[in-house]
Amino acid sequence: MAGLSELASRLRAELGAAKVIDDRQELRTYECDGLAHYKVVPGLVVLAETTADVAAVVRACNDAGVPFVARGSGTGLSGGALPHADGVLVVTSRMRTILDVDRDGQRAVVEPGVINLHVTRAAAPSGYYYAPDPSSQQVCSIGGNVAENSGGAHCLKYGFTTNHVLGVEFVEPSGEVVEIGGKAPDAPGYDLLGTIVGSEGTLGIATRVTVRLTRAPESVRTLLAGFDGTDAAGQAVSAIIGAGVIPAAVEMMDALAIEAAEAAVHCGYPDGAGAVLIVELDGPASEVDAQFAQVRELCEKAGAFEIRIAADDTERALFWKGRKSAFAAVGRISPDYIVQDGVIPRTALPEVLRAIADLSSESGVRVANVFHAGDGNLHPLVLFDDAVPGQAERAEEVSGAILDLCLEHGGSITGEHGVGSDKAKHMPRMFTADDLDTMQLVRCAFDPDGLSNPGKVFPTPRLCGEVPGRHRGAHPLVEAGLAEQF
Amino acid sequence: MTGPAGVLDALRQAAGGHAEQAGDGDAVDRVPARFVAAPGSTAEAAAVVRIAAAEGLAVVARGAGTKLGWGTPPRRLDLIVDTRRLDRIVEHAAGDLVVIAQAGVPLAALGERLAGDRQRLAVDEVVPGTTIGGMLGTGVTGPRRLQAGAVRDLVLGVTMVRADGVVAKAGGKVVKNVAGYDLAKLVTGAYGTLGLVTEAAFRLHPVPPAAAYVSVRVPDAAGAYQAVQQALHAQFVPAAIELDRPEAGGPVEVAVLVEGTEAGVAARAEQAVGTLGDGAARIDRPDWWGALPAGSDRSVLVKATTELTGTGRLLEGIDRAAAAAGTTAAVRGSGGVGVLHAALPGTDPAAVAAFVKALRDAAPAWQGSVVVLAAPPPVRSEVDSWGPVSGLDLMRRVKEQFDPDALLAPGRFVGGI
Repeated sequence: MAGLSELASRLRAELGAAKVIDDRQELRTYECDGLAHYKVVPGLVVLAETTADVAAVVRACNDAGVPFVARGSGTGLSGGALPHADGVLVVTSRMRTILDVDRDGQRAVVEPGVINLHVTRAAAPSGYYYAPDPSSQQVCSIGGNVAENSGGAHCLKYGFTTNHVLGVEFVEPSGEVVEIGGKAPDAPGYDLLGTIVGSEGTLGIATRVTVRLTRAPESVRTLLAGFDGTDAAGQAVSAIIGAGVIPAAVEMMDALAIEAAEAAVHCGYPDGAGAVLIVELDGPASEVDAQFAQVRELCEKAGAFEIRIAADDTERALFWKGRKSAFAAVGRISPDYIVQDGVIPRTALPEVLRAIADLSSESGVRVANVFHAGDGNLHPLVLFDDAVPGQAERAEEVSGAILDLCLEHGGSITGEHGVGSDKAKHMPRMFTADDLDTMQLVRCAFDPDGLSNPGKVFPTPRLCGEVPGRHRGAHPLVEAGLAEQF
Repeated sequence: MTGPAGVLDALRQAAGGHAEQAGDGDAVDRVPARFVAAPGSTAEAAAVVRIAAAEGLAVVARGAGTKLGWGTPPRRLDLIVDTRRLDRIVEHAAGDLVVIAQAGVPLAALGERLAGDRQRLAVDEVVPGTTIGGMLGTGVTGPRRLQAGAVRDLVLGVTMVRADGVVAKAGGKVVKNVAGYDLAKLVTGAYGTLGLVTEAAFRLHPVPPAAAYVSVRVPDAAGAYQAVQQALHAQFVPAAIELDRPEAGGPVEVAVLVEGTEAGVAARAEQAVGTLGDGAARIDRPDWWGALPAGSDRSVLVKATTELTGTGRLLEGIDRAAAAAGTTAAVRGSGGVGVLHAALPGTDPAAVAAFVKALRDAAPAWQGSVVVLAAPPPVRSEVDSWGPVSGLDLMRRVKEQFDPDALLAPGRFVGGI
């Protein structure tokens, strides 16, 4: 379109031709992120190398009224980086310099394209690591982590991206560059950082990120326990948490997920297990030893028929291999599958798993369950064969019904994959129109023209010119007694 | 509504009869209020705020009133919303380590309730009497922040009444949730300028069976920095690293808290003694632990932050600023987090202003900020309480969206927000 070709010319002039892609074939490379069944070929791609590049693109988009979408490694699972057909995709993967590893200050400063695991690698020689560890940590970028507030297996004890990001250099949707937070805590003013992290690219683009480095633990101990089924494994988790132990990670897989993992990576989990639990403790050796014995006992009491203890890092890696490969492994037992991401209060686990099993048997749609059991974050994998007419639709229905279960139990429609393109339609099931309207006040403050990653997170955009206060004018007392309407 | 009597009637009806004319004791930083309303539910709070919106009343929320002197004085004030009838612990899901409590619940009362299940909200009661609402509004934290995080890290969701009286929720009651914007963090530390929080959900922690304190006395700022650094980089995992310096330029006590199992804590406390070096010893909880620095003649409270490599320089900076201004400062705080508090005499406003300016001028060297939390009115009028704010323009736009008529705590926050 004409607007985009003018924009392309401007950007070539400002940034250099090598950073601007408008060749249709090349643009196609960027048509999706990790959620591959949503595909949109971007209007234009810019490979940004500096903050100035990002600011220039955003300013140009702002001038032209053209939407822009930021993309890091493109590993997201909710279509958060799905391009806009008439917009610019701002790719930050060339911005991958680790600017500062400050061991004494327990901080690192990195560019947004830096790979998550590379931060840990850079910090490891001084005995530190970057705690948030999404399963995609070998390829996903810090910029994407900031956008999605990424979690990971170890966030039960250590928290999410939002608890580990202390500052960002940020390009506002107007093109202004602003510093928010930094190495010191509690910058005066609103906690804009807390709002930006997890906003899925809808408030602007982070171009530099200050993260917390965590001291590597003295001791890490991991056990793998086999149970007859998920009920018994769930009881073990409840007993562990009830005993006041907060493990670094508690992961569960059910029989179908184990079958897939065995087929894919031969992880050698206990024969005949209807569920396995991976429990990892870390910290000072004296604490870990005391609690590890307790955890082992609690697993036995809950009915574990086999418990293995990782003798070394190699064996620990093997335990984790099955778990970390589970999503991809499901490809071995089913041509197609949906990765769902929902959250329930942990104590509702047995009930919800039974309900998922019922859904599965009623519909004939197989569901493999993999989850962060400690914090109630479920990842049901809904299996189907797209070649069989009607299966995809049935799988979608089951997947949606699982989210209903999560909401019925007071949970969330997403624990770590984000809302993105995929779940915007589900937001009204979790939030009222007033809740969503209130969130969009923030959007209007940052991005009044709605140019930054439009169409994500919210099912319908708010017109920022609207005067808030729909209740004004009505006599307040008319409504004063109507408590039930809230 | 016809006149003040009509407004009061309306407020009474909205708040279940709990509204009255304000008295002298209801002034905020000497700014008098006209009415006090005490809603007993979110719906009543919303009805009260709708009246304020319709009548253009400026509103300040008040819990126990322990930190009403924090933040700059309101530009104008009509209505105090007293949250103390919002005193229910709505839900304690012990198995999920989650609690939902209303804004008026005192932090101590919540603590007592949770203790029965050997759980806690890991926020220290730095200011005795603090309610959940006051804790959220100011974001005040104490020693346990090092390991458990700040208030903003522990809050999972909020129910709030917007300036236009609309009730909105954000977040949820599960520990893991990335659906929508995290407004709970936005309103934490916002001094009530974005909405009236009526209810909040928090992540809880188990109470560890054992705890130990280890402390060392060092002669100066450099020694304190060294002790804090050694504790930070050790592997015994301190729950808190605090320091106390009663007089600028004087000796410093650095104390470390270790929490965990009986066996683990015994071993780790030994490690801590070794780490902190000569003169370090296990002690009972220091009497200054978890309290703000104070003193009968110290009415000014300043919060100063630093990067973790700047703790020593910040302590020295406070010495220099105090000496140059001809005042004195007692310093206490979370050396392991980078947040220190200084208490100064409030008798000489010019001296306080000079201290704040000198410290603020030096603070970029340790990437820190300097905020005057509490001060007597004559001092307030002499100092810039908040100092420079990065991102102020964005913050103003956020305020403009949430509260276009500036009815919520106008003037209490940064940049006159």
